[in-house]
Amino acid sequence: MEYATIKELVSLAEAAETSIWKIVLQVEAEEEEMTEAEVRKSMLANLNVMKEAVDYGRKNNIQTGGGLVGDEALKLEKYLTTASKSEQNNIYNKMITYALATAEVNAGMGKIVAGPTAGVSGIVPAVVLAIGEENSLSDQKLVEALFTAAGLGYVVSRKATLAGAAGGCQAECGVGAAMAAGAAVELRGGSPRMAADAFAVALKNLLGLVCDPVAGLVEVPCVKRNAFAAAHAYTASTMALAGIESVIPADEVIMAMTEIGDQMPTCLKETSRGGLAVTPTALKIKQDL
Amino acid sequence: MSIFEIMGPAMIGPSSSHTAGAARIGRMAKLLFADKIDRAVVKLHGSFADTAVGHGTDRAIIGGLLGFLPDDQRLRSSFELAETEGMEFSIEEVKLREVHPNTAQIILYNKEKTKNLEIVASSIGGGRIKVTEINGSTVELTGRMPTLWILHQDRPGEVGIITSILGSYKINIAFMQVYRNRKGEIGSCIIEMDDQPNQDVITKLENSEDILQVRYLPRI
Repeated sequence: MEYATIKELVSLAEAAETSIWKIVLQVEAEEEEMTEAEVRKSMLANLNVMKEAVDYGRKNNIQTGGGLVGDEALKLEKYLTTASKSEQNNIYNKMITYALATAEVNAGMGKIVAGPTAGVSGIVPAVVLAIGEENSLSDQKLVEALFTAAGLGYVVSRKATLAGAAGGCQAECGVGAAMAAGAAVELRGGSPRMAADAFAVALKNLLGLVCDPVAGLVEVPCVKRNAFAAAHAYTASTMALAGIESVIPADEVIMAMTEIGDQMPTCLKETSRGGLAVTPTALKIKQDL
Repeated sequence: MSIFEIMGPAMIGPSSSHTAGAARIGRMAKLLFADKIDRAVVKLHGSFADTAVGHGTDRAIIGGLLGFLPDDQRLRSSFELAETEGMEFSIEEVKLREVHPNTAQIILYNKEKTKNLEIVASSIGGGRIKVTEINGSTVELTGRMPTLWILHQDRPGEVGIITSILGSYKINIAFMQVYRNRKGEIGSCIIEMDDQPNQDVITKLENSEDILQVRYLPRI
């Protein structure tokens, strides 16, 4: 069994009357000649790294390489303790806090799980962990959602790039959000087709996003962008669960992303030679580093 | 490709290419050297040179030279740990020709100065790496599969001897590259395998006449 497109992944899941995560798990076990239990165990290890990163980032002021970020999650955490109960329980607020926490831990040379890259490592954990808490889901369920995310990202990696240097931030934040959106749909009880729709609408809305990090660091705008992308992914999953479909199928959105990435000028693809990276403030930051 | 390359690896941030890849390059150099490193000269090229400090590229390479994996928290304090372990090092900038933007040149020495190793390696995205030069010879070494690096006398039949030994242990060769600088001198081959060789295989290769050196490089 194998899949090279989102359509194939959905068809396999539908034919077996199961979810995307199950197909992804089966294929991985087959390919790597491991048992499903072993594959689950490896992913559980990743889940635990994600939890630790969120925990650490929420509680600590983090020293980063460039010192441009480090206390964003802490600030949100403090703000929410003084905010109303409904604000505290708001799933979006949890997600953005968790995404910032992880992205800051990453910027401070802490341990994270790249997904699909280190720069956007905050998105998938934020969405999966916040939904898990909200619905008191077991770790096994969350691990399954990580398989959904991984399988969707795997298809992109076969067809397109996942590197900001080659495709711009759409290939990192866009794909990270799309993976998280699909995972959120399955966690929330949606069908494989809905997961593909959530993936497609999430990616569509981040097409064209450029990669213009200040001083070449994974700090500005990357850390805050993780939070926006997490909220974005959740929004996409809600639309898909309501039966809202993507007019353009997921596989065609991936093709569009590649085309846009190819046309994007090099100065906006992780070279720090354009966009935010060449603003007067950014240039001063670079000089002072 | 495994899905754990997409939802993973677990690693020390901030960048899969500039940190995780850098650590793997250091570790690969250590494995190739296979001796206690007394002194390491690390030269950074391109984007590696431009953003080394902010991305911890320098610390990650030194950590790799100490044997740390990309998810080892000790990467952060590798400079201090290198001192404790008695490994001298220097980080410099270099401009290399026709290489990937994320490239490092690493030169290692042992205490007796009897041996040194010079490699050029690039971090090619998502933490994946490629060693492109070992001691002046062009190679292509990625560490994505269990790999053997063998130096042997360049003579007819030598490659056949090596592959038969592997075959006799039921080790399947996935990819193989052979190189040499001058006819009749030292040949080198890089063999990527589906299976891990055990110590018996390595000993058998080492004991074979005309094989000068065998290095086993586990999947990184």
